[in-house]
Amino acid sequence: MAAFGGTDTRARKLRWSLLNTLVVVYALVPVLWIMSLSFKTPATLNDGNFIPREWTLENYRSILSTTEFLRALLNSIGIALIATAIAVVLGTMAAYAIARLQFPGKRLLVGVSLLIAMFPQISLVSPLFEIERTLGLFDTWPGLILPYITFSLPLAIYTLSAFFREIPWELEKAAKMDGATPGQAFLKVIAPLAAPGVFTTAILVFIFCWNDFLFALTLTSTERSRTVPVALSFFTGDSQFQDPTGSISAAAVVITVPIIVAVLFFQRRIVAGLTSGAVKG
Amino acid sequence: MSGERLSEDQAAPGSPADGTAEPGPSPAGGSGRGGRTGGTRSGRRTLTEGQRSERRLALLLCAPAALVMIAVTGWPIIYSVWLSLQRYDLRFPADQEFVGLANYVEVLTSSYWWTSFGVTLLITVVSVAIELVLGMALALIMHRTIVGRGLVRTSALVPYGIVTVVAAFSWRYAWTPDTGYLANLFAPGSAPLTDQASALAIITLAEVWKTTPFMALLLMAGLALVPDDLLKAASMDGAGPWQRFIKVMVPVMKPAILVALLFRTLDAFRIFDNIYVLTSGAQDTSSVSILANTNLIQALNLGIGSTMSVLIFLSVALIAFVFVKLFGTAAPGSDTEGRR
Amino acid sequence: MSDIVLDRVTKRYPDGALAVQEVNIEIADGEFIILVGPSGCGKSTTLNMIAGLEDITSGELRIDGTVVNDRAPKDRDIAMVFQSYALYPHLSVRENMAFPLRLAKLDTATIDRKVNEAARILDLTQHLDRRPSNLSGGQRQRVAMGRAIVRNPKAFLMDEPLSNLDAKLRVQMRTSVSRLQKQLGTTTVYVTHDQTEAMTLGDRVVVMRGGVVQQIGAPQHLYEHPANLFVAGFIGSPAMNFVPAAVADGGLATALGEIRLTDRLRRAMERADAPREVILGIRPEHFEDASLVDDRMRAEGDVFTGLVDVVESMGSDKYVYYALDEKARSAELEELAADSGSSDVPASEGQLVTRLSAVSPVREGDHHEVWFDLGKVQLFDPSTGRNLTLEA
Repeated sequence: MAAFGGTDTRARKLRWSLLNTLVVVYALVPVLWIMSLSFKTPATLNDGNFIPREWTLENYRSILSTTEFLRALLNSIGIALIATAIAVVLGTMAAYAIARLQFPGKRLLVGVSLLIAMFPQISLVSPLFEIERTLGLFDTWPGLILPYITFSLPLAIYTLSAFFREIPWELEKAAKMDGATPGQAFLKVIAPLAAPGVFTTAILVFIFCWNDFLFALTLTSTERSRTVPVALSFFTGDSQFQDPTGSISAAAVVITVPIIVAVLFFQRRIVAGLTSGAVKG
Repeated sequence: MSGERLSEDQAAPGSPADGTAEPGPSPAGGSGRGGRTGGTRSGRRTLTEGQRSERRLALLLCAPAALVMIAVTGWPIIYSVWLSLQRYDLRFPADQEFVGLANYVEVLTSSYWWTSFGVTLLITVVSVAIELVLGMALALIMHRTIVGRGLVRTSALVPYGIVTVVAAFSWRYAWTPDTGYLANLFAPGSAPLTDQASALAIITLAEVWKTTPFMALLLMAGLALVPDDLLKAASMDGAGPWQRFIKVMVPVMKPAILVALLFRTLDAFRIFDNIYVLTSGAQDTSSVSILANTNLIQALNLGIGSTMSVLIFLSVALIAFVFVKLFGTAAPGSDTEGRR
Repeated sequence: MSDIVLDRVTKRYPDGALAVQEVNIEIADGEFIILVGPSGCGKSTTLNMIAGLEDITSGELRIDGTVVNDRAPKDRDIAMVFQSYALYPHLSVRENMAFPLRLAKLDTATIDRKVNEAARILDLTQHLDRRPSNLSGGQRQRVAMGRAIVRNPKAFLMDEPLSNLDAKLRVQMRTSVSRLQKQLGTTTVYVTHDQTEAMTLGDRVVVMRGGVVQQIGAPQHLYEHPANLFVAGFIGSPAMNFVPAAVADGGLATALGEIRLTDRLRRAMERADAPREVILGIRPEHFEDASLVDDRMRAEGDVFTGLVDVVESMGSDKYVYYALDEKARSAELEELAADSGSSDVPASEGQLVTRLSAVSPVREGDHHEVWFDLGKVQLFDPSTGRNLTLEA
């Protein structure tokens, strides 16, 4: 912008900075608030101050000493990781076929996964509740992993097929001309190029599984497979937790931190994944 | 195809020859693709071994994903319809019997259902409308900012990534009398979450906060499709910033906007987590999802709960139908060739 | 280094479309051969069949006397340079060039030596550790060449390797490709749609149209003795002028006026059983300003007076455009027009392009007299496109 003088540019920068600050405040205030609550002492918990007057780690110490929370954390991590791994593998296979191969039923597959992406999950709760009870899957890890895979597959397939379409497939021909077998061409050329897309998809799918509440609420009944979001909502002011606010806040922060770290490190990838899946899909 | 090529095709997914008559710079080039597809369609009887093996490979690759999706959704949907035609209360399992459409009559004549339906629609319409405006603003900021682009995008992703229940608790405590900074600031001495109107407003606020970034990202993808030259041409033609936005950007982005609206409307219609944490559906703030869940899991009435499930499913299908037919929303990915 | 023989090679797609039909080409050891034609003519398909990237429906492909139809690309020992260069984005320049050698399981010392040698030849030494994304177009093109030459393959296949470069660089790279090929002496098959590349690079040129070879020959031969309308129109820039001509007593009635039949033209007409209608072709460079022509030359040619439409002064010469009332019509000419994009320009009348000496005083709007060389005039059969003036 050579046409603008120095002061003008500075004014523009200032305007943008102001807008940016607004966005940052919008995004972070609720998160900072729950963090603040988690550091408050029981005495100052209800003072309504945005910044704690007295700081304590007591809330964290208390939730980390209960099996109720630790078990839920283990469930959350285990279930989300397994579901992510399976969904990404299945999604990669299907997305490769959609992006690269010609076959009948391709549009049907894309259509079905689109339907599932828009499906009201509550509509599956009653039949799944009943079916899983019959099959003995109710209140088990697989009982949650299955619906998670199902509902994250559309996301995985869209994002990945968008990424796969971007790969210049002429490279595969070039590798063959350079003396590679099809297997070598895939491992040495295509796989390294596909890896970032697969990784991005894994992050998005993990966030989806980590976030789920409805299935975890309705398809579990005990600590055995209850995930953190549900365990949180069950923290009550009983004998152990007189006032659950501090504990809930601490637990909330614990499950929020990994997401924030992922967002910090992989912002570019997440944005690329979400936008490419949405438009180019 | 020769024998050797066939075996390669089976050995690894990478090998199907790109059978275009004139492979251009990119193998995915429009004309080459089109020609190829035409060939596949009309040449059904004269498939080469290579194409047959390409199909086999494709079906093999898609089968697991398709099977899981169908097993976990297809059969349960049918089962759910069947359940909705039964009197089936888990507290009285012996009384199970086929009652036809009686459950539907009961639900559709119940004021609870219609209140929840109204609440859901209200939240959906209001929150999606606000999100569209805010999301567009956020998208423009993320797209055009000249300073701190990474920072803005990173912080905008925080609401998207955070667990809904966590965010809902943050809002709940913020509006709890005494505890919350917002309650003390805006409504001292009252309990906003115990009054229907203010509770709905807070639910909408929580929903808008959480999902605006997602909307913004979808819209930003649309913004990226607006060529800079087009905007320059428009300003040369005498269009001001607002006219450029309304007359050039919005029409070009229309497909992206419609897709974003469709996604968010369907998503908002199934609102559950926020209401569950904020009010548990008290003071007539239940959404249809909350109501169905109450009947299913708390009342253990599978018949009524399933009826509600089916009705919600039909409502969502209706919304999607309206979007696709009336507004001509192009479902993303529904057509891999010759799109737009 | 080897010879490559295509023996009635045919490519038919499953839907029945014939992409390449009975192509016979014998490429000698060390020869630089160009496949040229408009897009969709089957030249890239032919190249891909030589590479092994597409199957041969029927016919035989022999390299060094061995039939290689069923060999995978990696077993044919030929290297290819792609239009998009197809550089591996996740590998450095050095790794890109070493890639085929690694696959061939050469030892590290040999790989290093060969890569360094190729980098020296292509002037890439200081870029060896960069990624392709950090290189300019010309550098990327050279890396692609480098990846092909490190292996010392039996043959190079090049698929429009220069078409992604800008015009100036393309000319530079053209000469360096030519020099490199002569230096290495490796058999090379080069696909292009650019007739200038075809003329300047190849030992021989294969002109293709609709999957069928139109003519094979040295560039100069194709230029002087095109087998048909298509080759005549495709080779040469600016393209040959085509005007309709009808046989009238003792001469030809054309948009250039009445043209007398020289012995050569008369013989051509007789060989073709004296058709009533022909298409007359003459290249722009075979015109000259009539005022600059001496009597001896004037006797060997004819003159035409027309309204000067546009004059383009190139410095070295002048291109002078005349408007003509009529336009020659044939399927081949329409295809050529479609390929060059000139069919998009609305023009119902014909146009005559002439290249005149820079000293010509011609001005736009003049009625100006130009001379043309009757010895260079070619006559074509409008229905078959055959060149009637071609001596058997």
